[in-house]
Amino acid sequence: MNRSVFRNSKKSKTFLTILFAVISIIYILPIVTVLINSFKANAYINTETFALPTEESYVGLDNYIKGMNYGNYPFFKAVGYSLVITIFSTALILICTSMAAWYITRVNSRFCKLVYLMCVFSMVVPFQMVMFTLAKTADSVHIPYYSFLSHSLESVGLNTPWTIPIIYLGFGAGLAVFMFAGFVKSLPVEIEEAAAIDGCGPFRTFFMVVLPMLKPTLISVGVLEIMWIWNDYLLPYLVLDRTKYMTIPILIQYQKGSYGAVDLGVTMALILLSIVPIIIFYLTCQRHIIKGVAAGAVKG
Amino acid sequence: MEQKKPKKRHSLAVNGNMLSGTIRKWFPLFLLPTVAAFAIGFVYPFIKGIYLSFCNFKTTSNAKFVGLENYIKALSDSSFMHSFWFTALFAIVSLVLINVIAFAVAYALTRGIKGSNIFRTVFFMPNLIGGIVLGYIWSMIFDGILSRYGTSILLDSTLGFWGLIILMCWQQIGYMMIIYIAGLQSVPEELIEAAKIDGANGWQTLFHVTIPCVMPSITICTFLSLTNGFKLFDQNMALNGGQPFEFLADGNVIKTTEMLALNIYNTFYQNSNSRGVGQAKAVIFFLLVAALGLIQLNATRKKEVQQ
Repeated sequence: MNRSVFRNSKKSKTFLTILFAVISIIYILPIVTVLINSFKANAYINTETFALPTEESYVGLDNYIKGMNYGNYPFFKAVGYSLVITIFSTALILICTSMAAWYITRVNSRFCKLVYLMCVFSMVVPFQMVMFTLAKTADSVHIPYYSFLSHSLESVGLNTPWTIPIIYLGFGAGLAVFMFAGFVKSLPVEIEEAAAIDGCGPFRTFFMVVLPMLKPTLISVGVLEIMWIWNDYLLPYLVLDRTKYMTIPILIQYQKGSYGAVDLGVTMALILLSIVPIIIFYLTCQRHIIKGVAAGAVKG
Repeated sequence: MEQKKPKKRHSLAVNGNMLSGTIRKWFPLFLLPTVAAFAIGFVYPFIKGIYLSFCNFKTTSNAKFVGLENYIKALSDSSFMHSFWFTALFAIVSLVLINVIAFAVAYALTRGIKGSNIFRTVFFMPNLIGGIVLGYIWSMIFDGILSRYGTSILLDSTLGFWGLIILMCWQQIGYMMIIYIAGLQSVPEELIEAAKIDGANGWQTLFHVTIPCVMPSITICTFLSLTNGFKLFDQNMALNGGQPFEFLADGNVIKTTEMLALNIYNTFYQNSNSRGVGQAKAVIFFLLVAALGLIQLNATRKKEVQQ
């Protein structure tokens, strides 16, 4: 038995292929079950979880239609906020931390070393350690901006989807700076020196010479941040003003966690809608995601 | 050669200084945004959090210093100690299962079997789904199965434990598998060939050649799954939220499947009088996770030196 599995014979390979095909099907069954149950009436989900919808239990797209405004919160608003937060935060993290990591590595002053050490340190701090104080800080720190609607100077806290990227930058900076700095250290200084001799200032040196070379790390960090922020529940739940802004995980938890009549069919419909974009994203940039995860894990 | 070397080093040092000197002036653009956000999003909350763990408070403005009282209360809280042991057991069991299965899958998928790319895609997929959603998917499935036997995942803490383990395996095996595959692919072919020529069988090659070569991946994966197990929150809250509850004779309630992170969260937000205790628990939790993380960093660094 042992021999036949590990020897590179044709028979054992076919056996492994069939075995893994079966396991793969079992592996995606939970998602298929969600799909099936999103078309069933609530009453049938607990009793006939694994049965296909019958004429009695089938409700067509009712669950999806109900889900659009379940709990008096439009589902697409949550999708929009999730998108805004994920895209803005990831972009902000990539730009700011790559610049910071380059600065830290090249200047290498005492202050830079301190910042770098703090970044490494922050990677081992669990979110529960700072959750209460972070949420309070986000409420109290305000950013002034000029409003073109009222033509006056106003200010906004860090508890909105447009300002929460700053919180994500702060809490997520550790891993990103660590990964970028690791890569910058491996880049030859000579290239940047050549650019400097050719008359490039640090700004152009970074954006036209260093940043293109950072591409593999940009992808790794980007993938890790997107996976983290899109699925994050507790940070936005505590920081955002919940009466106005909900992300997809918050909305699903709010509906399922609220006491009273929970409609499982609607929950399944919303879960399916929230998984579909991730799966499409995954299948289209699969190569990058898998590479990014492998690289990120080896360094982190 | 001997003359060239110091010369080169000298010119590098001068250029390096020139470069760093001109970059230094760009501090406000390059470093300030990250440092400012880092101060708001991490440094200040962290320091304030440590300070508040020695205080009695409901909001951050009315904190009263009470010394070590919160820590004493936290360590004598039976629900906290219960969740610690529950979490430790969970972390160890999930660590073993996830790593053994992930390694076996990665090993099989690097044998060049047909369809390994598709299998890899499928196994990694659950990793992209968030913890809350995962919890609700599996609570539906478990309830669908268990309702036939007249029970529920919310009624039995043993079922709750294994439910969490199954969920965690489903989510994490793909991730660890990717790391193991990367490690296995970097094992030089010649070594395995040489072992075969020397007459080693499949198991001997695996244990004496392949596994020592992928030791770095094994260190990373074991510590990742250990810290992930300790920090688990979303899945725990969504799958069973700590149920079933057990009422003790002294009036305390133990949530039998509540893990550390959820216990801390509940101490904070279910009762605003115990926030100081919650913060003290969070500090203890941080020290625990940080110790695990530092051991990991050390171990990986040692491995890197050896390479």
